[in-house]
Amino acid sequence: MLRFFLYRVALLIPTFIGVSIVAFAFIRLLPGDPIMLLAGERGMSAERYQELQAVYGFDRPYLVQYFDYAWGILQGDFGQSIVTKRPVLEEFFTLFPATIELSLCAIILAVGIGIPAGVLAAVKRGSWLDQTIMGAALTGYSMPIFWWGLLLIIFFSGTLGWTPVSGRISLLYYFEPVTGFMLIDSLLSGQAGAFKSAVSHLILPTVVLATIPLAVIARQTRSAMLEVLGEDYVRTARSKGLAPRRVIGLHALRNALIPVVTTIGLQVGVLLAGAILTETIFSWPGIGKWMVDSVFKRDYAVVQGGLLLIASLIMIVNLLVDVLYGLINPRIRK
Amino acid sequence: MALLEIENLSVTFATSGGEFRAVDEVSLVCDRGEILSIVGESGSGKSVSMLALMGLLPWTATVTADTMRFDGRDILSMSDRQRREIIGRDIAMIFQEPMSSLNPCFTVGFQIGETLRVHLGMGRAERRERSIELLKLVGIPAPEKRLSQFPHQLSGGMSQRVMIAMALACNPKLLIADEPTTALDVTIQAQILDLLIGLQKKNDMGLILITHDMGVVAETAERVQVQYAGQKVEEQRVRELFDDPHHPYTQALLSALPERATRHGRLPSIPGVVPGQGDRPAGCLFSPRCRFATDLCRQTVERQGPEFGYALCNYPLKEGVPTGHPGVPELESAR
Amino acid sequence: MVHIEAQEAAAGTKPAGPTTAWAMRGAMLREFWFYFRQNRGAVIGLAIFTIVVLIAVLAPLLAPHSPTLQNRDALLLPPIWADGGSWTYALGTDAVGRDILSRLIYGARFSLFIGVVVVTLSVTVGVVVGLIAGFFGGWIDTAIMRVMDVILAFPSLLLALVLVAILGPGLMNAMIAIALILQPHFVRLTRASVLSERNREYVISARVAGASKLRLMFVTILPNCLAPLIVQATLAFSNAILDAAALGFLGMGAQPPTPEWGTMLAEAREFILRAPWVVTFPGLAILVTVLAINLMGDGLRDALDPKLKQS
Repeated sequence: MLRFFLYRVALLIPTFIGVSIVAFAFIRLLPGDPIMLLAGERGMSAERYQELQAVYGFDRPYLVQYFDYAWGILQGDFGQSIVTKRPVLEEFFTLFPATIELSLCAIILAVGIGIPAGVLAAVKRGSWLDQTIMGAALTGYSMPIFWWGLLLIIFFSGTLGWTPVSGRISLLYYFEPVTGFMLIDSLLSGQAGAFKSAVSHLILPTVVLATIPLAVIARQTRSAMLEVLGEDYVRTARSKGLAPRRVIGLHALRNALIPVVTTIGLQVGVLLAGAILTETIFSWPGIGKWMVDSVFKRDYAVVQGGLLLIASLIMIVNLLVDVLYGLINPRIRK
Repeated sequence: MALLEIENLSVTFATSGGEFRAVDEVSLVCDRGEILSIVGESGSGKSVSMLALMGLLPWTATVTADTMRFDGRDILSMSDRQRREIIGRDIAMIFQEPMSSLNPCFTVGFQIGETLRVHLGMGRAERRERSIELLKLVGIPAPEKRLSQFPHQLSGGMSQRVMIAMALACNPKLLIADEPTTALDVTIQAQILDLLIGLQKKNDMGLILITHDMGVVAETAERVQVQYAGQKVEEQRVRELFDDPHHPYTQALLSALPERATRHGRLPSIPGVVPGQGDRPAGCLFSPRCRFATDLCRQTVERQGPEFGYALCNYPLKEGVPTGHPGVPELESAR
Repeated sequence: MVHIEAQEAAAGTKPAGPTTAWAMRGAMLREFWFYFRQNRGAVIGLAIFTIVVLIAVLAPLLAPHSPTLQNRDALLLPPIWADGGSWTYALGTDAVGRDILSRLIYGARFSLFIGVVVVTLSVTVGVVVGLIAGFFGGWIDTAIMRVMDVILAFPSLLLALVLVAILGPGLMNAMIAIALILQPHFVRLTRASVLSERNREYVISARVAGASKLRLMFVTILPNCLAPLIVQATLAFSNAILDAAALGFLGMGAQPPTPEWGTMLAEAREFILRAPWVVTFPGLAILVTVLAINLMGDGLRDALDPKLKQS
């Protein structure tokens, strides 16, 4: 198991180096001179320009710049935002909890509904229930989620007036972030109604972000279950006189979950891509919106650092999923 | 009253191409301490009839029977829940593919213990003790170590032993073994058969052995029931069946045994295949493959009495000669 | 029973040689159609997709107005069934008085164009690279697969967004970016198929017979890896439409006044509560088109690969 883990980590190193090269190359490829951008409208004298080039090291060869940059990353220095002048890593960690909170809620929703729906569809295969569930799943899978978000806003915020349109919590409440998770912080603040407000802000973004993973998980669960239900060991379980609930929910599902877990792991990338759109629609102050804003503001340092951080995050999650896969599949476990 | 009584069991599958009758009015009886063997080619409905008894058929199957009684209780009128109390406790079944019949995600100990917990409500320590005892019973060395192993760590023979241990967990009155040795190596086959018969004698169980292998039947069974295309075509005691088969199909099966075919130098085979969904003939289902078939056979077929082993045949064989067959003299001369 | 006949026909023509190759292909096509037809959803998907294609082709004939003509007297008119709607603008008008129906009709052209270009680009590049990786193996394979890992390590939309930012916003650049993020899937798929086919008897016999490397790659092996590639291409088609619309929505795809569906949504965003219809219809058009393609994709997968058959 440890060897398997170390092997997987070793495989990540070249990918990580590749990702850092890509992120590094981007900042050099983006149109416009980052130094001139610093000056803004006022412009800048030639001496000042030279000085800044030296400060940022842009006058040195690319290879030297890259190693300098890579060395910085190894020490946790991801550069500084050109717009806010704050370290990229610090900004990332300020906004990251908002994205985690949203993504976690979305994945819980997706798994919580997707797996039972997939199991139900597989067990009632061919029935109207199966067809409804799978029809809904394919629709969800085909959904342009940015439009889906707008549609939900029109209906729930516009027509019904139930949910707020944007942000994480009503402006009426203010408290210092403790954990960065609004659901927890609002409870900790002790202010009446704060938690309720946080929840109501969270609902629509969660639904929107969960849509595609939910559809994928339901479809994958159904096909995995269909395969497993035909296996000999399911017949054995039934021949023991076990209740159908136990046969399906334990003997079959436990096996069907093995491929499903991989699917869930792969959804992390999908979630972060979805977060870009969802956070933009709902003005959710997370890293997805941060990246979009930075691209538009041409804040290259943030784009570079953010790309690297997000890619690393996905790689780490994928590694964990691989390890988890090893844990739940006895045939791999040594 | 016998342990298991089934009368006129029929199983029909709804398929996309219409109805398919896999089991056609089969009757069988099996008592405590008895070994009944059901023999037939693949597709003859041997397994399906037993799966019907266990309630393990998919929902596309329709099961009908005049009687289906186990230990004096009517299975047909039972609810699913009531039936599940019997299944796995009083009637147990083992299957053809031991490797894939064990759940790869759970340990051997869990899978044996599960039956004990569900049916006998045993506690943890009790279950462990009984599981070890069972593994010893089926001849598995170092049972304590095996309990925490996963099925992929076991060989085929070992897996089948675990399956048998699992089936025996609650001391069933009837054990159904569906081709228990087909997937195993020849050397292991004999061991597993010996084990099954030994346990059957020891526990005074009824044992229904489903097989397509006449050799296995000769070594193990007491009474044999031959099935063809979902119908019972003959039933006899094992010795009599081997000495004097009454149905041409049984005769053909026996002459396909290597031991019996040495004289001819070439192993005879039965031409054609078991009729499937689309090509069921009228009258006797074996008629297209039977060398004695007449026009009468292609229209109707009659069940004989006990003197001819209940053979489903218009001209049951007696010492290899079809009784009442219009062309007997020619057949005689042809020999 | 048609498929059995088809199979028999296919089996029967095999030994007859190249003269009946067409008959065999016909038989295979009939068999494929038999399985495809069994899937009701797939047939519906195909029908809808055909309609979308027709709409795109016949756009100038079908559209009642010019997609870019602004009518200052008809701003944010509601659709026909709402109060104040009229037949002149059946689905209403947008904030600068353009007919939404006409824009949607012309938008079909863009979405299909995006799908075709992206799929062509990513399939061509992906298949060639994948064949090279799988066929040559060794360090070439390792290097290619690491590069693909790097591309796949980023969330697809984020990578596309940054790429478009580098290349400059616009439809062409968006398509290039999307093709780039989709092609690793084809590389992986082709490589995996090649690896499993490479040591089959028919390949070895072709090699022994002296087939060149190029011939082995493209003529001998590739046709046997087609089924999963076709299914993946359908998926890529719908993903391309979705991603292009998302980029348009974020302002990095097709630029106004192009009647691209995603771009229309972006323009309409500020009016969502005042004039919901300007938001509703473009999104619905995207959903219906993508859904139709995905329905076909499911049908294709079932028909082409019985092993993957779901129901």
